[in-house]
Amino acid sequence: MKEYFKVTTRTIVATGLGAALFMLLFMYVKVPSPIPETSLQTAYGLGAFFAVLFGPIAGALIAFIGHALSDALQYGSPWWSWVIASGVCGFSYGLAYTKTGVEDGNFKGKSIVIFNIIQIVGNVIAWVIVAPVLDIIIYKEPVNLVFTQGIVAALMNSVTVAIIGTLLLVAYSATKTQKGSLDKE
Amino acid sequence: MSTKLFTYNFIDTPIHRLSGLTKLIAFLFLTFAVMFSYDIRVVLLVMAFSLWVMRLAKIKFSQIRLMVIYVAVFLITNTVITFFFSPEEGVKIYGTRHEIFHIIGPYTLTVEQLFYQTTKLFKYASVIPLGICFLLTTNPSEFASALNGVGVHYKAAYAVSLTLRYFPDIQREYRNISLSQQARGLDISHKAKFTTRVKNALLIIIPLVFSTLDRIELISNAMDLRGFGKHRKRSWYSRKKFTKGDVFALVLSAAIFAGTICVSVFINHGRFYNPFI
Amino acid sequence: MSSESIIEFREFSFQYYTQARPTLHNIDLTIRKGEKILIVGPSGSGKSTLGHCLNGLIPFSYKGEIKGSLKIAGKETKELDIFQLSKMLGTVLQDPDGQFVGLTVFEDIAFALENDTIPLPEMKERVQKAAAMVDMESFGFSSPYELSGGQKQRTSLAGVLVDDVEILLFDEPLANLDPATGMAAIEIIDEIHRKTDKTIVIIEHRLEDVLHRDIDRVILMNDGRILADMDADTLMASSLLAENGIREPLYVTAMKYAGVEVTAEHCAGHIDTLKTDRIREALSAWNDAVEHPQVKPASEPLLAMENIHFSYDGEKRIINNVSFSLEKGELMAIVGRNGAGKSTLSRLISGFEKESSGTISYLGEDISGLTIKERAQKIGVVMQNPNQMISKPMIYDEVALGLRLRGVEEDEIKKRVEKVLEICGLAPFRKWPIAALSFGQRKRVTIASILALNPEVIILDEPTAGQDFRHYTQIMEFVKQINRLGVAIILITHDMHLMLEYATRAVVISGGEKIADARPSDVLTDSDVIERANLKETSLYRLSQMTGIADGTGFVQNFIDYDKKVRVHQ
Ligand SMILES: Nc1ncnc2c1ncn2[C@@H]1O[C@H](COP(=O)(O)OP(=O)(O)OP(=O)(O)O)[C@@H](O)[C@H]1O
Ligand SMILES: Nc1ncnc2c1ncn2[C@@H]1O[C@H](COP(=O)(O)OP(=O)(O)OP(=O)(O)O)[C@@H](O)[C@H]1O
Ligand SMILES: [Mg+2]
Ligand SMILES: [Mg+2]
Repeated sequence: MKEYFKVTTRTIVATGLGAALFMLLFMYVKVPSPIPETSLQTAYGLGAFFAVLFGPIAGALIAFIGHALSDALQYGSPWWSWVIASGVCGFSYGLAYTKTGVEDGNFKGKSIVIFNIIQIVGNVIAWVIVAPVLDIIIYKEPVNLVFTQGIVAALMNSVTVAIIGTLLLVAYSATKTQKGSLDKE
Repeated sequence: MSTKLFTYNFIDTPIHRLSGLTKLIAFLFLTFAVMFSYDIRVVLLVMAFSLWVMRLAKIKFSQIRLMVIYVAVFLITNTVITFFFSPEEGVKIYGTRHEIFHIIGPYTLTVEQLFYQTTKLFKYASVIPLGICFLLTTNPSEFASALNGVGVHYKAAYAVSLTLRYFPDIQREYRNISLSQQARGLDISHKAKFTTRVKNALLIIIPLVFSTLDRIELISNAMDLRGFGKHRKRSWYSRKKFTKGDVFALVLSAAIFAGTICVSVFINHGRFYNPFI
Repeated sequence: MSSESIIEFREFSFQYYTQARPTLHNIDLTIRKGEKILIVGPSGSGKSTLGHCLNGLIPFSYKGEIKGSLKIAGKETKELDIFQLSKMLGTVLQDPDGQFVGLTVFEDIAFALENDTIPLPEMKERVQKAAAMVDMESFGFSSPYELSGGQKQRTSLAGVLVDDVEILLFDEPLANLDPATGMAAIEIIDEIHRKTDKTIVIIEHRLEDVLHRDIDRVILMNDGRILADMDADTLMASSLLAENGIREPLYVTAMKYAGVEVTAEHCAGHIDTLKTDRIREALSAWNDAVEHPQVKPASEPLLAMENIHFSYDGEKRIINNVSFSLEKGELMAIVGRNGAGKSTLSRLISGFEKESSGTISYLGEDISGLTIKERAQKIGVVMQNPNQMISKPMIYDEVALGLRLRGVEEDEIKKRVEKVLEICGLAPFRKWPIAALSFGQRKRVTIASILALNPEVIILDEPTAGQDFRHYTQIMEFVKQINRLGVAIILITHDMHLMLEYATRAVVISGGEKIADARPSDVLTDSDVIERANLKETSLYRLSQMTGIADGTGFVQNFIDYDKKVRVHQ
């Protein structure tokens, strides 16, 4: 358990650069989905990838900082309830840290399933519970409105992470090599 | 895409001279005040105050035009869908019902709803000038030390500093990768199928991510070699000394915050100001 | 220098966790206090790995198996952590962008002090002092994107000097610096060495450039072993450099061409110490005997730039009224100082940026209407930074990507990819992930991926940065080979050797303007152009002046002609 929350220099650097990437994708790289007027926020796929590689702390901070800064850049001020929810979902993606064997080049069948279960649960908690509840507490938004928004967000983000996150992890895992395996031919 | 993240430019104004830490604390006090209060009188007061601060800081409209457009779109959308989803929210909150006119089906415009939505609109809008002031007048270098100053662990604060440092680099890299992929034959036209678009996005995201991973390795090595994380604390080169102005700003914003709370507790007996009873 | 040893490797071996064999074998090496050491060796020979062992990144950051002992200042490094090591040894890394973590120059220099919780007043004072040492005080509040490569490198150096360490380690400090800035960097290092008597270890491919100032010993590595540990004069007299694929200084090559048997008595380690009286006659006899090849008549222009202007932000002019043309089958070079606008020119040609005025034409036709993809069918660009081009995790897939995107059949792809991998010396690594390659090896992957597309013009931006001489020669001979088949080549480079040896013409850019368009031998002997474009006079010219040969430019040209002939015969 201790390993989950270990913060090394690498974790911090990964957080800083991960958040920068998150911002970039959050603002510029949205893939319009087949459902009209909605798009896949590729940033969450990336957030999930970093969370699995660097743990829940990095995951939470990347999504939190990335979301807060891009909100600030676009709207002048962060939309706190959603920024916090982003942090929560980043944190929960990170629970797949050390569970998937991605560092050993073993991100296959079972790992993919585990990763996706964790991310879907994380998305549901973040977007169907945390975000709406905070919206109601902080901003007194109408209940049915925020829950509808939350369900749509959870759905879209789960799909994004399932596609982008999984593919990134597969690609990364393919570059990881086993001990003592590199030799010139 | 600009090369710098925030268009911070030093001009000599009382707001620019404040330390980053002061501005962050003041920003937090004032945003919490308007986030907490649903009293339109308080909200308008804070809004007037923050517009005054904006003028003091000599922020020009051209600097914030894009943000204003984004915010306007957001506010309008929010207003419309709030009414669409919950036309009786105001009635629920204030406990009375004064109809203005019936629109269609379950939708009736009431004074309560109008009041609730107006309050909400201003509540959201009032945060914006505060954020803008903070962003445009704070030297990015001071940002991390300010976060550390309000109690955020220095490692997390440094992560924010790294984000600010490397965002322009990553942005430039994103462009370069995208161009070099186009030169290799990648088609980025907007008419492609959904799966193709996902694939194309990945062809750019993957190199970006991998080169970022390499960079992470390199930067964390460089930081380790220079002793990052050695102690439980760190000092900051860019932290400004506190001046009288800082003390004044802190007291003022704390007073506004306290005032808001007092209004809610003693006058409104709750977060809402209810003119209907 | 004292006789006290400060670094001591004994029977030291290291094997990376993922490698099947050790990268360092039985290293025995002693470095004394106050010495200035240069480590040379081909790419992948383990130089950086050795450096990582010194600064503690091995085993702190890179896992693997260590055998034997390494003592720094009498302490076994196994018993130290990276923080204790960082107090004794400061490292300046190869890539200045990775090392520059602060938002401004002063903040970056202060980084180590901040981590040590030094109070602000003391910190300011020490930062000022360190900045002054490398002449960066006036840029204190500049952000990294406003600085040139050389200025970033200076900042990195100051960031290490601020901490008064005993040993300084430089991993390829000259990569990506223009010749004059590189020379300045070597001078700064030398000055610090003389003033402070620190122990200095430099890892670098550009032997001749480092030897611009005194070096106590040169360590030659190959395949993870130390092959030679001697002073520069003795090394020049041996055949070790050539045998291990390290380029010897050009004046040494010239002496050999003239039939001089180089011995330690010639003191050829530095050109300033060279005993010229013994070689005078041989050189001048050789110089008179060189035959000149026939000059090819000019053919028709292939790619022409006419009065090009460009600016990134609409304010600062980056390219100012540049015109030149590339002829069919030509191999030309673009040179000039850091930030002159060389890479920008290649971006304009490939359509990555749009010129604000002027025309670029290909075979007489204006190509401004063509998309990036259409231009790329004819003109292939290998970008300066390999990491910006690599998008696949595996080498084979990366080289095949362009062909796949163009819909070439898999059989054909395999044939072409195998061939370029062979040519670029990557065949042994074909199944490796790119993550396990050194910088130089990655650069070769990107060259391979463009070569696989068979373009008609190739622009190579710094093709040989970080390459050792063997691969440099391999790549360049291959470039020449495709050049002979009719592909025109533009080389953008800081390597004056490269320009001298391979280009028939050089365009010199300074401050966005073209200041010369001539033969390389003319450019590198024209002191006005050299100064304006931050180039460096070639040591051949120096040699000719030292030995009393009147026509220096002629001598340089003779060397080039002779050299080309020798190569063809090899
Ligand atoms: N992190 C790593 N994991 C596995 N192998 C590595 C790693 N880093 C380097 N190597 C391998 O160790 C060998 C030596 O690499 P090193 O970086 O020390 O070479 P170098 O002499 O510095 O080369 P260059 O001049 O290209 O920088 C190479 O074959 C490389 O593939
Ligand atoms: N994307 C960009 N946006 C703004 N300015 C840029 C950009 N790229 C380069 N510049 C500026 O343009 C100038 C020319 O840069 P360029 O990269 O062409 O130089 P160069 O001659 O290739 O230098 P080097 O030898 O260091 O590679 C520099 O002053 C640089 O700061
Ligand atoms: Mg190296
Ligand atoms: Mg360049």
